[in-house]
Amino acid sequence: MELLCPAGSLPALKIAIDCGADAVYVGLKDDTNARHFAGLNFNSRKLVQGAQYVADNNKQLHIAINTFAHPGQEKRWFNAVDQCVDLGANAAIIADIATLEYATNKYPELDLHLSVQASATNTAAIEFYQRNFNIKRVVLPRVLSLHQVKQLSRNSRIPLEVFAFGSLCIMAEGRCYLSSYFTGESPNTVGACSPAKFVRWQETPHGLASRLNNILIDSYQTNQKAGYPTLCKGKFNVNGQVYHALEEPTSLNTLSLLPDLINMGVSSVKIEGRQRSPAYVEQITKIWRAAIDSYTEHPSRYRVEQQWTQQLANLSEGSQTTLGAYHRHWQ
Amino acid sequence: MKISLGPMLYFWPKQQIIDFYQQAIVSDADVIYLGETVCSKRRELKTRDWIELAKSLNKSHKEIVLSTLALIEAPSELTELRKLCENGDVSIEANDLGAVQILSEKKLPFIAGPAINCYNAQTLKILINQGMQRWVMPVELSRDWLSNIIEDTNKMGLRSQFEVEVFAHGHLPLAYSARCFTARSENKAKDACGLACINYPKGRITKTQEGQQVFILNGIQTLSGYCYNLINDLQSMQGLVDIVRISPDADSNHQTVSLFKQQLLQPHHYEPLSHLQCNGYWHNIAGLAQS
Repeated sequence: MELLCPAGSLPALKIAIDCGADAVYVGLKDDTNARHFAGLNFNSRKLVQGAQYVADNNKQLHIAINTFAHPGQEKRWFNAVDQCVDLGANAAIIADIATLEYATNKYPELDLHLSVQASATNTAAIEFYQRNFNIKRVVLPRVLSLHQVKQLSRNSRIPLEVFAFGSLCIMAEGRCYLSSYFTGESPNTVGACSPAKFVRWQETPHGLASRLNNILIDSYQTNQKAGYPTLCKGKFNVNGQVYHALEEPTSLNTLSLLPDLINMGVSSVKIEGRQRSPAYVEQITKIWRAAIDSYTEHPSRYRVEQQWTQQLANLSEGSQTTLGAYHRHWQ
Repeated sequence: MKISLGPMLYFWPKQQIIDFYQQAIVSDADVIYLGETVCSKRRELKTRDWIELAKSLNKSHKEIVLSTLALIEAPSELTELRKLCENGDVSIEANDLGAVQILSEKKLPFIAGPAINCYNAQTLKILINQGMQRWVMPVELSRDWLSNIIEDTNKMGLRSQFEVEVFAHGHLPLAYSARCFTARSENKAKDACGLACINYPKGRITKTQEGQQVFILNGIQTLSGYCYNLINDLQSMQGLVDIVRISPDADSNHQTVSLFKQQLLQPHHYEPLSHLQCNGYWHNIAGLAQS
């Protein structure tokens, strides 16, 4: 079972490797990846340093090229693939069909991982990508239940990667336009959901209001902890009831499912959070390393340590965690 | 330019659906899409009923298309998808690449629906090679984006090999989830939803705490709160778009089709859009905005 950790910066990459990640994934400093935030990601120089660090430690580097190529600007996405190969990265994580085709034709030796943004949730869709682009791994969308993951792993020979911890995307990734509906910019088109430049915090007589492109997402009393206004995690009014109509601000945490994931043959557990700090990456990586090692050494004795749970809760959105769609009750 | 009636996104009782299509067949629509695209638990019409209905409508002079489910997870859903694809008569709108895979294996032509991620001409080329004959543009894309793609397909000599359809009226399908938001709104688990969607023939209106109508909850699907309306933009589609899609809702569908038809025949500027309508995506601004 591979532990795959996020790195939005060189310090985060180094600390992930130092703390026991088997692999890290990074993005370039442009809109070819779905965490296109100011101050984040790797320019060419940093990327060379990062790749060297990963190689020196005999770990794996995955590069996310997981937005969709704009017409007339495909070169930017293709160049990202070239860069990936030049660096000697172990895999490219790709969503766009045009970019996949370019990569598989030009670099048949490069391992292609199908990005979660490609939204492949069934064996027929996976087969489409396998047959046409010879993908070597599928990153599964966070909409599947554990049972469905198991069925996929049984019915498909391709290695599977699942999200294990981090911000919870509740929609089928790559098929959600809520962000562009509010702001004009979506993960698919610009590589960001609820982009920071549209966020506004406003003090009102009733407390703090969070807005996205001037649309009210949530409001907080003075004693409440305010969260980033990711629009699907806002409080809305349905027939007079004001509640988190789509989803509470919580994080996915699958530590308790680790034995199941390992036993059903999942190849890699992915930690979300390229936008998070090196300190966050450090703590998460340590806990997940300890959990995987603990299970590997004594499967029958595996249990989720209370200390892990507590630490992870502190790192989580709204200090809450959930099993998300893996657990049918959540649905 | 032709007019299509998109698949019914809401969950209606069987008789109401059948009545709806009886009217559709005598409406001004040139193309009629039908089938369950949102949730496999909605079985007022089962797969074979949809196929039968489609085949009976196919005897008319309209083009009839069966639309597939967008989010396919369970093996049982794939089985139903195969049945739909193997109906032997009516063409298919594929809303997932799983459907594209099945159809291309069988060498059957298909329409790529709006839930398929196709953002550039190279992707269109690959889909054409798989059998795509028509492309319904993802709803978040603009006229500028489309125009760039069309320019590229002209250069690649592909433009004559496919038609372009644009979602032009109705609440926009914006997202699909594992979670059922309608069940959630009634405090029910998805497994015990009691088919709650049937109680909301226009979905559930969702507003901000300031009263702005932002979403319509429709089971696992989130629709735009505002009704997208490109009736004043048909002129700007000339040379780019072959078919405009009207997405059905609970009232005035066929009148909307007729209004679009009139506008195509005799263009004139309509009144400004109402405050519950939008056209932002086409104009390359926030989807909910008005240009």
